Amino acid sequence: MSDNRQPEPISTKALTLRLLALAVGMFGFGFLLVPIYDVFCEITGFGGKTNAEAVTNISTTADESREISLEFVTTVNQYAPWEFHSELDGMTVHPGGLYEAYFIATNLTDKHKIAQAVPSVAPQQAAAYFKKLDCFCFSNQEFMPGEEKMMPVRFVVDSDLPEYIDTITLSYTFFDTARLTDNSVEMAHPGHSKQ
Amino acid sequence: MSGAITDAHADHIEHDDHGPTKGWRRWLYATNHKDIGTMYLLLSLVMFFVGGSMALIIRSELFTPGLQFVDPAFFNQMTTMHALIMVFGAVMPAFVGLANWMIPLMIGAPDMALPRMNNWSFWILPVAFGILASTLFMPGGAPASGWTMYPPLVLQTGDAFPFLIFSVHLMGLSSIMGAINVIVTIINMRAPDMSLLKMPMFVWTWLITAYLLIAVMPVLAGAVTMLLTDQFFGTSFFLAAGGGDPVMFQHIFWFFGHPEVYIMILPAFGVVSEIIPTFSRKPLFGHDSMVYAASSIAFLSFIVWAHHMFTVGMPLTGQMFFMFATMLIAVPTGVKVFNWMATMWRGSMTFETPMLFSLGFLFLFTIGGFSGLMLAIAPADIQYHDSYFVVAHFHYVLVPGSIFALMAAVYYWMPKWTGHFYNESLGKLHFWLSTIFVNVTFFPMHFLGLAGMPRRIPDYSTQFTDFNSIASVGAIGFGLSQLLFVYVVYQCARKKGEVASQAVWDNPRGLEWTVPSPAPYHTFATPPKISSDAAFS
Amino acid sequence: MIRKLCTGVLLLAASSNALADWAINMPKGITELSAETHQIHMIIFWWCVAIAVVVFGAMIYSLFAHRKSKGAVPATFSHSMTAEVIWTVIPVVILLIMAVPSAELMIKLEDTRDPDLTIVATGYQWKWHYTYQGEDVAYYSTLARNSAAARRRGSGIDPSTVDNYLLDVDNPLVIPQGAKVRLLLTSNDVVHAWWVPDLAIKKDAIPGYMNETWFKAEQTGTFRGQCAELCGMDHGYMPIVVEVLEPAEFQAWLENEKGGATSLAATSGEQK
Repeated sequence: MSDNRQPEPISTKALTLRLLALAVGMFGFGFLLVPIYDVFCEITGFGGKTNAEAVTNISTTADESREISLEFVTTVNQYAPWEFHSELDGMTVHPGGLYEAYFIATNLTDKHKIAQAVPSVAPQQAAAYFKKLDCFCFSNQEFMPGEEKMMPVRFVVDSDLPEYIDTITLSYTFFDTARLTDNSVEMAHPGHSKQ
Repeated sequence: MSGAITDAHADHIEHDDHGPTKGWRRWLYATNHKDIGTMYLLLSLVMFFVGGSMALIIRSELFTPGLQFVDPAFFNQMTTMHALIMVFGAVMPAFVGLANWMIPLMIGAPDMALPRMNNWSFWILPVAFGILASTLFMPGGAPASGWTMYPPLVLQTGDAFPFLIFSVHLMGLSSIMGAINVIVTIINMRAPDMSLLKMPMFVWTWLITAYLLIAVMPVLAGAVTMLLTDQFFGTSFFLAAGGGDPVMFQHIFWFFGHPEVYIMILPAFGVVSEIIPTFSRKPLFGHDSMVYAASSIAFLSFIVWAHHMFTVGMPLTGQMFFMFATMLIAVPTGVKVFNWMATMWRGSMTFETPMLFSLGFLFLFTIGGFSGLMLAIAPADIQYHDSYFVVAHFHYVLVPGSIFALMAAVYYWMPKWTGHFYNESLGKLHFWLSTIFVNVTFFPMHFLGLAGMPRRIPDYSTQFTDFNSIASVGAIGFGLSQLLFVYVVYQCARKKGEVASQAVWDNPRGLEWTVPSPAPYHTFATPPKISSDAAFS
Repeated sequence: MIRKLCTGVLLLAASSNALADWAINMPKGITELSAETHQIHMIIFWWCVAIAVVVFGAMIYSLFAHRKSKGAVPATFSHSMTAEVIWTVIPVVILLIMAVPSAELMIKLEDTRDPDLTIVATGYQWKWHYTYQGEDVAYYSTLARNSAAARRRGSGIDPSTVDNYLLDVDNPLVIPQGAKVRLLLTSNDVVHAWWVPDLAIKKDAIPGYMNETWFKAEQTGTFRGQCAELCGMDHGYMPIVVEVLEPAEFQAWLENEKGGATSLAATSGEQK
């Protein structure tokens, strides 16, 4: 049959396999978008993301001529049973200087709990310049029943911070990492059941 | 060639060894492109009514303020299911059905290249929609997070959640197999002398669409797989607590979602590009530039996805890029509209039902294009976003866009399929009712959106009452008008109408008009010769 | 022709003052940027109308003049380089004309520098929580009681008898007139979006992330909006009400609030 047709540039089988490979490749590409997105965010501060691991090699000479107003915002996700706030409402920092701030969380239950704090910086353009040397958000935080914890974040605002930024908001959201197994969460959503 | 002769010819072939098997086996084991095309079209018609009934539940609830019929949770299930069923169940399968029926006939091939895969890609669909529909009866109800399935909300879906994901996987699988089939058929099975640029526009637009499908359906499958593992296997792709990002889902979803928009409209462009020349009695204006325009639209569709996300908090440079790229799409789309206009210009037009629906498409799709242009302007989009203005926009491009093109295609090719004409007066009546009601339904939604009514809400403030009531009346009118369509198709399928000649219309171009009406079960067993005057250039 | 009629209706609506009414068109709003947004919306709208007149005009003319019943004989042309270049270039030019003011407005919308007041709005299923940064004022803002009663199926209450049905809250967001308010947005659970048409502000509130936007209300009064991102069952029932007070009144209100007038516990959990 095929001899009567257009000269086939490629056999049907080979073409089908190539197209299948393309489909499988695109499925993989979907997953590849995840690391691409993360790298993109880390570089650009897209989405207000800051470094997820400690920065080590950074000079800490404060630029006294410039003042940045730093604000703290705290949120507890999904009515998780924590009281969570910052020690101070905010502070004034010099770019390049090394600072430390404290956040205080209290486990309001009589159970052993694990939490994860997720940082976010606004404006987004500042995120890439907000460098954390140490942060309670780098790992899970364990809480004994009723335990109160003072948790530090040590950071430098990079002196390369663009001139037009004069205020930075550092936000932490406190997530109960047992969310997937904790039934107390679901009570907020009637009709919701999960395996 | 007279109808009598072609009919006899058809009968002869039907009694051949190669005729269809009798009974249910013909359909379950179908490998014939015409049978599979018919099944796709029927499935899509059923889904059109299922999705349409859901739309009517939505519009009934929105007829007046206050809740009369349904609760908010069920309302959200209706909006979600309406969208999923219309997109994946009505519009996409209908175009695949047309591709099955018409592409082999238009390129002079005896069948699709991969008939057994064709069977699979169809029969997966009823299973997928069975699963999706069954979620309505599960604890927690059907998915209610919108067809966009944004996390974290979608993770609050009840027992339906894994079934939603699985049915999306199946739909994707079906589309990918269908697309592979289309590409292989077009590349390898064209008649001698039919070079790529001589192919009819419908075949061209489907070739481009098929590549889009292969490129983006797997990405959607990947995204929903990530949702699944986030929910059940402890990953954190989209959960901030584990270092993920809910916004990333939106990026991946719309990387699929925007090309998906063109998957639903490019074949419609193809259909209209076949019909307008026939009834203008003039060749399609700028065939090659139409091909280039469709290709550029397809290419641009990959770099505009974030215009669905202008309020998500993107960096300024990102917003600018996506705004400019989106505005650029207006150029090739404009070329298409202008070329259709030039095709009609100084033609000799008649206004049979397929032409009427194509003209309806041309005018009303263009209105949807205008609102699309407005939505491209990022600062204005901040006001339009997630309001009824957006609902008006995408319904204008999908209903009088894709759906009208599908209606036009059915009226245009049905005489070829059945060998008989549909009832022309009823067809025209169907067109006028549809056109009037589609505008009554969707035009007021522009005003609602601009006045501040968000989409996906079951109840609204009293100042929005008038336009909502008008839209609801229009929706019910539009829904009822479609029953007329079913009647017309049914009568035509029962061969009640006038007998159609081989050419059917007044000297139409294309190989499909060189086979008898109705098209015999097997066509082009030997490839046709294409005359050099090339009906296709 | 119905289609013609539609275009006609559109034109009619546009030419009358009705378009300025908030019921049919985008509000001009109460900030400089909302007025500019309205303006850019109108510019692009008029461009669309102008293109529609030309394109639809040509098509309608063709539909009447070039019909077989009038004995039209089909021409045979199928290409025209000149025509195709013209209708590629003209849209490009129009788009360039539109791109410049749009980009300028984008830049202004993103400029959150030097705020007079920073407020954190947190989306909850299904209410908003506002925190006045550094002022020790924080409270929830939920659907007003009379709307909440009327919204139930079979409540027997006619929504038209309820003031600002579904657009009223117990504790509105109070801001001073003429002050640059920086609004930080985040969410407690799913994605929400904070939308007040009169401020031309719509921004997503995303769990774990902090979004920011700003506005400067030039007029006093009460302005209403709604959550714009589907956030579950009661998405339609978490309105936003912004009350703009004169600066002195605002200060008085703020002092009163610090005494704990409407303030509930700030961010800690358990309450529903």
